[in-house]
Amino acid sequence: MTFSLANLVYLLQGTLWTVALALLSFVGGGVLGLAVALMRVSRFGALRFAAGTWIQVIQGIPLPVLIFLSYFGLGVTGFDVPALAAAALSIAVNSSAFLGDIWRGCIQAVAKTQWEAADSLALNGFQRMVDVVLPQAIRLAIPATIGFSVQIIKNTSYAVVIGFIELTQSGKIINNALYEPFLIFTIVGLVYFALCSPLSNASRRLEARLRARGA
Amino acid sequence: MTLHATAPAPAVEPAAAAPAVRFNAVHKSFGTLEVLKGISFAVGRGEVVCLIGRSGSGKSTALRCINGLERITTGSIDVCGHVVSPDGRADLHAVRKRVGIVFQSYNLFPHLTVEQNITLAPRRVKKTAPAEARAIAADVLAKVGLSDKRDSYPEQLSGGQQQRVAIARALAMQPEVMLFDEVTSALDPELTGEVLKVMEDLARGGMTMVLVTHEMAFASRVADKIIFMHQGRVHEAGPRDMLSRPETPELRQFVGTGL
Amino acid sequence: MNYQFDFSFLWDPDNSYWRDILHGTWLTVELTLLAIVLGFTLGAACAIGSTSRMPALRRAIAVYVEVIRNTPLLVQTFWLFFGLASIGFKFSAFTAAVIALTVNIAAYTSEIIRSGIESVRKGQIEAAESLGLSRMQLLFDVVLPPAIERVLPSLSGQFVLMMLATSIMAQISTEELMAAASRIQSETFRGFEIYIVVAVVYLALTVALRFAFALLAWAAFPRRRRLGTPV
Repeated sequence: MTFSLANLVYLLQGTLWTVALALLSFVGGGVLGLAVALMRVSRFGALRFAAGTWIQVIQGIPLPVLIFLSYFGLGVTGFDVPALAAAALSIAVNSSAFLGDIWRGCIQAVAKTQWEAADSLALNGFQRMVDVVLPQAIRLAIPATIGFSVQIIKNTSYAVVIGFIELTQSGKIINNALYEPFLIFTIVGLVYFALCSPLSNASRRLEARLRARGA
Repeated sequence: MTLHATAPAPAVEPAAAAPAVRFNAVHKSFGTLEVLKGISFAVGRGEVVCLIGRSGSGKSTALRCINGLERITTGSIDVCGHVVSPDGRADLHAVRKRVGIVFQSYNLFPHLTVEQNITLAPRRVKKTAPAEARAIAADVLAKVGLSDKRDSYPEQLSGGQQQRVAIARALAMQPEVMLFDEVTSALDPELTGEVLKVMEDLARGGMTMVLVTHEMAFASRVADKIIFMHQGRVHEAGPRDMLSRPETPELRQFVGTGL
Repeated sequence: MNYQFDFSFLWDPDNSYWRDILHGTWLTVELTLLAIVLGFTLGAACAIGSTSRMPALRRAIAVYVEVIRNTPLLVQTFWLFFGLASIGFKFSAFTAAVIALTVNIAAYTSEIIRSGIESVRKGQIEAAESLGLSRMQLLFDVVLPPAIERVLPSLSGQFVLMMLATSIMAQISTEELMAAASRIQSETFRGFEIYIVVAVVYLALTVALRFAFALLAWAAFPRRRRLGTPV
């Protein structure tokens, strides 16, 4: 057997699932990560501690382990867990620790004088965050966030551990039938490269522009 | 009148004549470093008071204590009928609604236009309707002579223009007291004039103002009272001509060096 | 939820699964240390190469780094393991894992060290050249030490991530911690419990690795010990 059009279509289907999983994870990780970042800069010590612990613990557990934990953990509740749900949940949890840490840095990078100016105008904590700090922090956060989205796309490949048929798993399945590993994994790698490389480049360009403006 | 770090007798005054700001034996420490060592003075309504002194004398810290940007260690500050105390956050919000501050480094919000900078606090804090907030913005911008810069972003303006917008932003909250923290120190010399002129107009208009400044000529011309701070204390205080006849050697030296 | 946690399989006398976990943990540590040493060496070489005067070399290194950074480790591993086997190069799963991890981590290491090298000020290099140091002396005595000192936190963070990523090597049946967990799961059906145990082990390894790097920094950079992180 040789690599055929049908195989290519199969890989493209896997690619769509990779993209879907990445998008779900990014949205989930973003929402959770924002909560983590805000808790990390809260004036309540308990919230700061909880968020700090979350970041340290999640960043110390391999993503495949988190995926298994979601898979078996959700399983014990008696539900038949779709692999997509377990994978998306785990990657979102994993991303929340990294994005939370990145965004905390961006929030704290907004000049102290801006916080003071907001205080002096009698804005309350919420208004200060939403109207003054976050709009400036977001600008700082964009390059690193796009950079991390590359990480998320690559991380989706770990969903193979519970058999979710995304791009890498599709490649593995085809390879099991054809045994053309160089060809198949080169194609798989190229697809990932095509997804990730534009984001990496955009992240780098925006980073350089931000630094040029800041300097 | 010379004050050597003595607290004034707690005057019993009718409410209407109560000072806008009064420091009552205020101490402030950063860790083990005591920056304010018990200062007391009052700023009457409509008065312009200039705090002068060497860097490190505590004058900026004193100013920033008034609206709670620095928390005082002991003592209290009466501000427009509210009390700033060492522990109390309670009155801080009320104080900040009545007190405007202008910083050395402008601290305009870079992501907002001039108009948005000015309308933000009235809209959020006072819940002023957008149209009314814009009318207020137009009014205060006219006062500082920048009506044509309404839609500019801060980075499109010169330093002097940014500082005038910062003044307008504070004025938009219709404050009872305005604080100025070395507002011309970051400006090129040719730009200080336009900012000082706006401040002089404000003073003539009856605004209560507390200024930390290095502009001795301005202080001598506009101030109702000058307070010379030295090593965390009020070392000498007097009317605006005080600088021409200093009583303490420290003030004499300070004036002599032209700083 | 009335799920009954049951960790008793760990000390099941017939199987003593805790031994398997310990053995898997040890292989994970070996894999990690080997990949760190080899990856750091290759990465530093690439970083030096990317400052070379040969455009072809610089270009080749840039392409290598881009390819690695924009594709998943797992795909790189499959490509190497299955691909090389298909043309007759047979490696043990462990060797293949070490190669894949080394090739992967070296690309990241190279980028990090390169950014450190770029942060060394021009004046330092001019001073060294004026003192008559050769190009190699300049590199090893003047440029690399402060460069690596400065990027040490990034490097140790990257190495921790790589340690966690060794968990994916079970996919090519390297007998490390995750593979042990997977086998125990299939024999005991205690998936939730076993992966909680494994998560705790990885957390402990993370803490240990961070501590080891802090110790290394303390021992290797006396200036840092006295004056703190360089700016």
